[in-house]
Amino acid sequence: MVKLIDIFKKNFQADILDSHEQQGNETIVVSPERLHDVLGFAKNDPETLLNALMDLCAVDYLGQGPRFEVVYHLYSTSKNHRLRIKTRVPEENPKVKTCVDLWKSADWFEREAWDMLGIVFEGHPNLKRLLLFDGFEGHPLRKDYKINRRQKIPEPLERP
Amino acid sequence: MSEGDFKTKNMYLNIGPSHPTMHGTLRIFAEMDGERIVSSVAEMGYLHRGFEKHSEAGTYTQVIPYTDRLNYVSPLMNNVGYCMAVEKLIGCEIPERAQTIRVIICELSRITDHLVCIGTNVVDLGALTNFWYYFNVREKIYDFIEKICGARLTTNYTRIGGVSRDLYPEAVAELAAIIKDVQLATKEVRGLLERNKIFVDRTLGIAPISQEEAINYGFTGPCLRATGCDYDVRKSEPYCGYENYDFDIPVGEDGDTYDRFLVRFEEINQSIRIIEQAISKLRPGPVMTSDRRVALPPKAEVYTNIEALMNHFKLIYEGVRPPPGEVYSATEAANGELGFYIVSDGSTNPYRVKCRPPCFPLYAAYPRLVNGVMLADAIAVMGSINIIAGELDR
Repeated sequence: MVKLIDIFKKNFQADILDSHEQQGNETIVVSPERLHDVLGFAKNDPETLLNALMDLCAVDYLGQGPRFEVVYHLYSTSKNHRLRIKTRVPEENPKVKTCVDLWKSADWFEREAWDMLGIVFEGHPNLKRLLLFDGFEGHPLRKDYKINRRQKIPEPLERP
Repeated sequence: MSEGDFKTKNMYLNIGPSHPTMHGTLRIFAEMDGERIVSSVAEMGYLHRGFEKHSEAGTYTQVIPYTDRLNYVSPLMNNVGYCMAVEKLIGCEIPERAQTIRVIICELSRITDHLVCIGTNVVDLGALTNFWYYFNVREKIYDFIEKICGARLTTNYTRIGGVSRDLYPEAVAELAAIIKDVQLATKEVRGLLERNKIFVDRTLGIAPISQEEAINYGFTGPCLRATGCDYDVRKSEPYCGYENYDFDIPVGEDGDTYDRFLVRFEEINQSIRIIEQAISKLRPGPVMTSDRRVALPPKAEVYTNIEALMNHFKLIYEGVRPPPGEVYSATEAANGELGFYIVSDGSTNPYRVKCRPPCFPLYAAYPRLVNGVMLADAIAVMGSINIIAGELDR
């Protein structure tokens, strides 16, 4: 069987920064600039047909080179294989292109990643907080957000 | 007179978060034309317990009780899902008896989840009898769960490397009696609903979704299978020895509310089949791995052997210590694919735990499903996709 990693290496030679197969999960790391192209290819190429975005999340590697990692877990319902695609974005500009145009499931997953870790998804139709209230300060899943930090309690609204 | 002559205006209506059928913290803001929903926006929140942040602060073992609270209708499945992810990360095998017990408790949880889903959903539609029939047998299953792990909802039963304790001696005989009751209840409730005119009118053809769109929205589980796609993690990537069981994946056709009901009914029957096979497969043996990286040494050794004593202390104080790396492990929970993505940096605390709850994409698609349907039917749709707020919001 052809490995998914090899298919991507063949088509995106220089853009695959890294790849591994820990615990049987095939993983590729791509640059944020080419991320959207790679995702589009993964979804539509007849060899891969990864038509379901199962999960999208971000990880905070505080103190490392590009600080944040955005992780996409893809699955193909017709070919029954999985692929993890990752990209690294820096602390000062944590920005990737949205993939809502490819998968509608990305809509809320991206809002959650923005809410929890402050990753900006360029072109997202409605990038606002999903789990927390609008006045919440900071992004709680960042490693430098203290676990016991308290938030300001929102003021009750004035009756008109 | 045509419709335009009535000079009606669309009005805006908040449904939830404190509406009795909105299951906790869900809210939709709907634009209504009479009783029909024209457009809507869904929101959730304010239940947030910070499951993922808490996981980073504790050891791997300390995460297990948090997983009970994700889907509180079938907590055993969340326990199994999380423990399997950590086992995959460490690379440890669990004994056969523990695997079979896991299959039994997973299928029991699937049954209770479907019983609650169908039972409460038809209450929203005005049919109370089915609710009593189903909650009656659910009670029996909960008594069984209470006997095997001491709790009804916050089960906390599995451990990394096996399960916390073996089944009690009469368990198998009692289980066989319970599944007979479930079978009877399902037969009765199906008989009451399947051709009931009110039920059929309010579910058939309501809020259908095509297979392609469902996959695009990230649907999994009964809601995806109602559209005709036979994706089930138990078949596509078998775990806990599911490849050795003989069972079918029920699928629907139209992906409407009626199909979602029927798929759940049939899944209850399939789960009973699996449990019957699992009971016959149950052989005596250990229920915890002997791998010293994850399992406590036997007490006799702890009292006599310094290595075992240190091993015991280390596991209690620090817990397990998986190698650096990352893993994504998926299991088929009652509502669909339950995935855990765990990143380990080699220390005793997980660096990152991301839970992929099956309800999350389902609720994200809720406004798409209810646009165009009547307000009362929107409530039926809500029940049929079985949103669990604890899992949605984590």
